Amino acid sequence: MLKSALPAEDALLHVPIRQLKSRRLMMSEKVLIKGNEAIGEAAIRAGCRHYFGYPITPQNELTNYMSQYMPEAGGVFIQAESEIAAINMVYGAAGAGARAMTSSSSPGISLKQEGISYIAGAEIPAVVVNVMRCGPGLGGIMPAQSDYFQAVKGGGHGDYRNIALAPCNGQELYELTVKAFDLADKYRMLVMVMADGALGQMMENVEFRDKEEPLLVEKPWAATGTGMKRKKNSITSVYINPDELEVVNDRLQAKYREIEKQEVMYEETDCDGADIVICAYGLAARITRNVMKSAAAEGIKVGLLRPITLWPFPKEAVGALADKTKVVMSVELSAGQMVEDVQLAINGRIPVYFHGKTGGNLPSQKEILDKIKEVLGKEKK
Amino acid sequence: MPKRLHPNSLERDTMHYCPGCSHGIAHRVIAEVIDELGLEGSTIGISPVGCSYNNYKYFTFDMLQAAHGRAPAVATGVKRVHPDKTVFTYQGDGDLAAIGTAEIIHAAARGEKITTIFINNAIYGMTSGQMAPTTLEGQVTTTSPLGRDHRLQGFPLKMSEILAQIDGAVYIERVSMHDVNHILKAKRAIKKAFKVQMEGLGFSMIEVLSTCPTNWRMKPVDASAWVRDTMMEYYKLGVYKGGELEV
Repeated sequence: MLKSALPAEDALLHVPIRQLKSRRLMMSEKVLIKGNEAIGEAAIRAGCRHYFGYPITPQNELTNYMSQYMPEAGGVFIQAESEIAAINMVYGAAGAGARAMTSSSSPGISLKQEGISYIAGAEIPAVVVNVMRCGPGLGGIMPAQSDYFQAVKGGGHGDYRNIALAPCNGQELYELTVKAFDLADKYRMLVMVMADGALGQMMENVEFRDKEEPLLVEKPWAATGTGMKRKKNSITSVYINPDELEVVNDRLQAKYREIEKQEVMYEETDCDGADIVICAYGLAARITRNVMKSAAAEGIKVGLLRPITLWPFPKEAVGALADKTKVVMSVELSAGQMVEDVQLAINGRIPVYFHGKTGGNLPSQKEILDKIKEVLGKEKK
Repeated sequence: MPKRLHPNSLERDTMHYCPGCSHGIAHRVIAEVIDELGLEGSTIGISPVGCSYNNYKYFTFDMLQAAHGRAPAVATGVKRVHPDKTVFTYQGDGDLAAIGTAEIIHAAARGEKITTIFINNAIYGMTSGQMAPTTLEGQVTTTSPLGRDHRLQGFPLKMSEILAQIDGAVYIERVSMHDVNHILKAKRAIKKAFKVQMEGLGFSMIEVLSTCPTNWRMKPVDASAWVRDTMMEYYKLGVYKGGELEV
């Protein structure tokens, strides 16, 4: 096994969770737990020992959880003075070789964008959790998926990407948070976990594994002090010379192309020969699953394509829907964001519709089914 | 002439700073202190935004370049991962006293065991001489062309005095680099600040009154005189906290 950049950190990673004198969840077990807390537990089990937070609803249970259990796990919890400071603490801690995380909700994620762009430029592995609420502005505290553009199209300045993972239940909040740390280390980049207010607040059964085995990646680039044993490491995103910066940007883009090839995740259900396929992620996908049943009872075959990675977007799988079904509809808790990527992937070969709710409202099953009937009616004409 | 030794912690590159600028002197002093304390292999520095944005090129130890004003937050992250290392930020007045006010205040409030070297030259140097939070009243800059007037642009901030009020800050001193005598005093202060950190006592900051002849539109000699005669009138040198500390 590769050695971590940090001897102390490395030792921590190998402490079996159950040996810690903690009231935290122990061992492998199935428990009823809030989504936000499942994310926190996942991070600790993934070897994250540095968490920097700032209060904002609806992710507060995550910050609260970390304040209690991160110190018990031998880690560092800091309630920062702002979301901006929190993301920069992540920049420092992760730049110094540790697994580090921050979490927030939409308005707070906007504040973090400066740091997120710097993390991309300096190629620092980091995990950011966005428990999305509705906007724009202060908006409201109810669930939404209206930060899709921000997460997958850049968000901050410059040509960069973040991997964006979209869990749809408590179990996936756990699994994908663990995976986020591995992906971050593997590609030296920021991975965003895109939950929403409902997933964060909801209590669900989650099965925790006894012991995670984090991908231990050597971090010879990290700023750990030279120890007079190696050349100095400079963690930076500034290149005044245009040719130098272009080389860096080309390298970043090559990495992003590789991730597009390697890391796409999605779930496809009953798409072949479907009358209509719904593209939806997270909470919207869960509602759609129920719609599929009620539609089937009425003789309408509804398929579901659920992106799990929002970036890299499952372009090929969505594009292939043109050969499997007659019409596609994107269902989102937004005014229509992912639908643009669906349209790009379908590229005009079959019609693409959209149905969404905003303001923290959720589309009801009936509403989606009515929309499906309306769309199919139109397409028959 | 006695042979001048080049500090190990300072690269032999030619620096990009203007003639008469204090940055080069400050870098050298920091490097000498780190050498003398034997910290070259265990120091992690944070570079700022401003003229010294790429000073990681001039030092021989590990450094992280931070966003404007965020160096104390970045240093916090680094220090919490490596409590055994010496972590310092190098920040200008726009960086520390305007955009990064929250970060410096709260790093001090948490008593982060880091050291901040605060370069106060009363102007934004890199962006062509705009008014800084530390620009003196009456001082002409590209964004206070009639001279800073507190009725329009407020008063200059005295950061050493402000930070000395914070319980987590244990050693705060303001020094100057306008002549040899003061440079030697500045070096003693910086050395003490690093020692305070090594002892784990808390946050330390050395404010360094510095020159910017280019944007002050002065010859280097006149710039040094301006520090002595004008800046030091408003920004009084001295130990604001931790004078009693023996390290």
